[in-house]
Amino acid sequence: MKHFAQLLELLALTPSRTRKLAALTRYFREVPDPDRGYALAVLTGTLSIANVKPALLKEVVLAEVDPALFAMSYDYVGDLGETIALIWPHHASGGELPTLSELVELFNTTSRREMPGVIAGLLTRAEINERWALVKLTTGALRIGVSARLAKTALAEMSGVELQAIEEVWHGLSVPYDPLFAWLEGRAGRPDIDQSARFHPLMLSNPIEDKDFERLAPCDFAAEWKWDGIRVQLAIDGARVSLFSRTGDDIAAAFPDIIDNVSGRAVLDGELLVGREFAAASFNDLQQRLNRKTATPAHLRDSPAFIRVYDMLFDGSEDIRTLDWTARRARLEAWFAANPQSRLDVSEVLNFKDWAALAALRRQGADEHGHEGVMIKLRSSPYVPGRPKGYWFKWKRDPNVVDAVLMYAQRGHGKRSSYYSDYTFGVWKGNEIVPIGKAYFGFTDEELKQLDSWIRSHTTGSFGPVREVSKELVFEVAFDSAQLSTRHKSGVALRFPRINRIRWDKPAREAGTLEDMMVFVGAGSD
Amino acid sequence: MATPILDRNLHLRAIDAYIDPSVPRERAIITHGHADHARSGHGAVLATPDTIAIMQTRYGADCAGRFEPLDFGVPLRIDDVTITLFPAGHILGSAQVLIEQGGQRVVVTGDYKRLADRTSQPYELVACDLLVTEATFGLPVFQHPHPRVEIGRLLQSVVDQPDRSHLVGCYALGKAQRVIALLRDAGYEAPIYLHGAMPALCALYEERGVALGDLRPALDVPKAELAGAIVIAPPSAIRDRWSRRFPDPVVCQASGWMSVKQRARQALVELPLVISDHCDWGELQQTISETGAETVWVTHGREDGLVHWCRSQGLAAEPLDIQGFADEGSEGEAA
Repeated sequence: MKHFAQLLELLALTPSRTRKLAALTRYFREVPDPDRGYALAVLTGTLSIANVKPALLKEVVLAEVDPALFAMSYDYVGDLGETIALIWPHHASGGELPTLSELVELFNTTSRREMPGVIAGLLTRAEINERWALVKLTTGALRIGVSARLAKTALAEMSGVELQAIEEVWHGLSVPYDPLFAWLEGRAGRPDIDQSARFHPLMLSNPIEDKDFERLAPCDFAAEWKWDGIRVQLAIDGARVSLFSRTGDDIAAAFPDIIDNVSGRAVLDGELLVGREFAAASFNDLQQRLNRKTATPAHLRDSPAFIRVYDMLFDGSEDIRTLDWTARRARLEAWFAANPQSRLDVSEVLNFKDWAALAALRRQGADEHGHEGVMIKLRSSPYVPGRPKGYWFKWKRDPNVVDAVLMYAQRGHGKRSSYYSDYTFGVWKGNEIVPIGKAYFGFTDEELKQLDSWIRSHTTGSFGPVREVSKELVFEVAFDSAQLSTRHKSGVALRFPRINRIRWDKPAREAGTLEDMMVFVGAGSD
Repeated sequence: MATPILDRNLHLRAIDAYIDPSVPRERAIITHGHADHARSGHGAVLATPDTIAIMQTRYGADCAGRFEPLDFGVPLRIDDVTITLFPAGHILGSAQVLIEQGGQRVVVTGDYKRLADRTSQPYELVACDLLVTEATFGLPVFQHPHPRVEIGRLLQSVVDQPDRSHLVGCYALGKAQRVIALLRDAGYEAPIYLHGAMPALCALYEERGVALGDLRPALDVPKAELAGAIVIAPPSAIRDRWSRRFPDPVVCQASGWMSVKQRARQALVELPLVISDHCDWGELQQTISETGAETVWVTHGREDGLVHWCRSQGLAAEPLDIQGFADEGSEGEAA
C-alpha cells in the first residue's frame, strides 16, 4: 500500500505529463502481479469496491468526529475523500498496511456488519498518505489528473506495444489483468478476447476553419447533421452486445432498451439519443439517463434510447476500417437492409452542391430543428482512430447569446471557497426578473476578483451560502440551446451556459426578456 | 465573568492601548513582526526587543513615533494595569500579552506554536480567565506532522533528483529562517541560496543568535551550479518569471496549508511541505484547556470551528471579527 500511496501522491502533484508517465511506467515495471493490476484498475476507474461506498466512510468518520466540525471541514477542503483522510483523529503505528490486492480481498470478504470496524482500523494504522490513498481507492474518485488513457499509455511505454492495440483488447480483460501484463512483457501472446468486448478507438473530427473552404472541393465530401447526443460504439455479436462511450467506458448497463433490441453482427459508430419514433428529444432528457448505472422503468417509458448510426467498422467479422467512407456507407446501408432494427437508424446524408448551400442548410437546421451544426466527411477517407487531419470536420452552429441579469451568487468549493463564483442569472418577465440558469465559468481570475468584490458590496440578502444581489449587473451569457423546463421558475433551461462577457456598462433594464428566450426554445423543439 | 478589561477590538480601555491594531493608533502593543499584526505609523509601540528590531528592519527605524522594548517575563505596571509579555513560539520575538487588572487575567496569544524550535523563544503556557486565541488552523483537518519528517522528504527529493533545483516557497520572516534551521539540524551543510527578499531578515536572525550556516544570494549564480541546490524564495516568486533561472525547478512550499493536496495541486506545488508556525487543531484544543480560561475569543482564521468546539466543552466562546484583518478564506502571512 505504501508504494501505491506514493505513486498516487506523485501523480497528483506532478504537473508534468512526462514525469507522470515515467512514474507509472516505473511502477508497472517494479511492482509484481497482482498488485500492479489492481493499481491499474484503480487508475483506469475499473475497480469497484462494492462493499465500501462514500456514505459508509462518512458514517465511520462521523462516529468519531463532531458532525458540525466535519461539515465545516468539508466545506473548507472541498473534497470528501481528502476531508476524511485529513480529519481522521486516531493514529497508531501498527506496522505495514496490507498490500493493494490484500486490501481488495479484505473489502470483498468482510461482512457489512464488520466493515465499519475494519475501515476504522485501517484508517488508524495508515500514515497520512496511505489514508488518503485508501479513501481514494474505496471511493473511486481519484481527482489526480490521470486519465485511463495515460495509464494505458504507460503500459504502451513499458512494453513497446502500441496504445491502440492495448485499447482494443482492454474491455475484454478483467482485474487484475495478469494475461495483459504477461502479453506486455512478452511472456504470452495477445489475450484472446471476444470480438464484442473489443473497443475500437474512435475516429474524431476537427473544427473546420474559414480558410479550409477555399481548398476543399465540395464534391469530395459528404455531409450529415451533427447530432446533440453522445458518441457511442455499438458492438453486436448475436446475443453479446457491448456499448462503449467515446472514451471506451462500457455503458451497456444503463441502456437495456438498446442492448436487448439489436441483432446481427457488426461494430457500429453513431450517436446515442433519446426520444420516441427516432425523433431526438433534448440533451436534457438524455442527461437524465447518463451517469447512471442502470435505467429505471420511468426512463425506459419516457425517454427510450436509440442510436443514429453513421459509420461501420466491422461488417460481420470483417474489419472494413480500411475501406473508404463511400464503401463503408454502402456496407452500412446494406447491413440495415439485411438486419432490420427497431432501436437503430441511419444518419441521413445531406445533399448540397457547394459550401454556400451547406451553410444555408446548417443555418436552417439550427433555426428550425435546433441541430448543433453539420459534419463534413471526406468520401475517400478510411476509418482512422484518433483525430487525423483532413478527413472529418465539424461545423458547429454559432452559439446563442442573451443578456441576463445577475440575481444570486454562491461561493465556490476548494480553491474558490473564498470567492462568490457560482452565478444565477435571469431575464425580464414583465416587471420581474426570473432565473434562467447558472454558470461558474467563462471569466478570468481577475474578473472573478472583481465580481467577488462587486457581489460583497451589492448584497441585499443572504440565505446560507447564497447571496442575493441588487439586480444591476448584466452578463452576456452564451449557450448552445434552450429548452422548456419545469425545474426553473422561468420555465426555460439553457444547455451549456457560460459567461461570455461581463457587461459592466449595460443597464439591467436593457437585458433580455423571457419572450426573447422563447425564440430559442422554439428552435430546439423538433 | 465581569466586564472584560479588554474590548472586542482588542482595545485596553484603562490605558487606551490597542493590541496589533490594523490602523495607526497612539499606543499599540505588538505581538510579533508579521505584517498583519505589526503595521507602521503608530504613536508608541510596546513590544519585545526582537519584534522592534524586525519592525525597524522591515519598515524603517522611524516606523513608529516611539518604541518601548519590554523583555519577556518582566511585568510593566501602568496605573492599575500590569502587562507582561510571554514567548509565543511563533517567530523570533513573538509574544503573548498578559493583561492583569482588578484580579482579571486576560491573555492575547497573537500567533503561536507549541512545538519548540530554535528560531524563536519557546512557548510558555500562561493561565488566564479570558483567552484571545488565534485559529489559523482551527479545523480538525489540520493535524501537522513533525517538521523533521517534512524536511526529510525535501532532502530525499534532493537526493532523488540531483539534476533539479528545489525552490522552497517560504515567507521571508520566520518561515524562511525556520526551514533553513531545520535543514541545518538535519545535517544539510551545503550552501542554501536566497531570493533577494531574504538576506536582510536572515542576517537579523543571525545577529540575534540564530545560526543559519552558509547562505548565498541566488542572483548571478550560473544555472548549472544550482542543479541539486536548495533555494529559498517567497511563495510569489517560485512560480513566477524569477524561477526560470533555475534548472528544471521542483516547486516546493512550506506551509500548514500544504496538508490539503487539492490546494497544493491548484497552486502547482509539486512538493508540499507541511511546516507550520501555528498550532494545529489538537494544540489549539490543548492550549485552551490548559490555560484554564472560561471565556475564549477566537480570531484570525477558522473561528467557527474552534468556537463550536469550545462551546461543546462548556466554555463561553465567541468569534472576534476584527476589522482590517485579512478577509475570510485568505491565507495570511507565514502560515
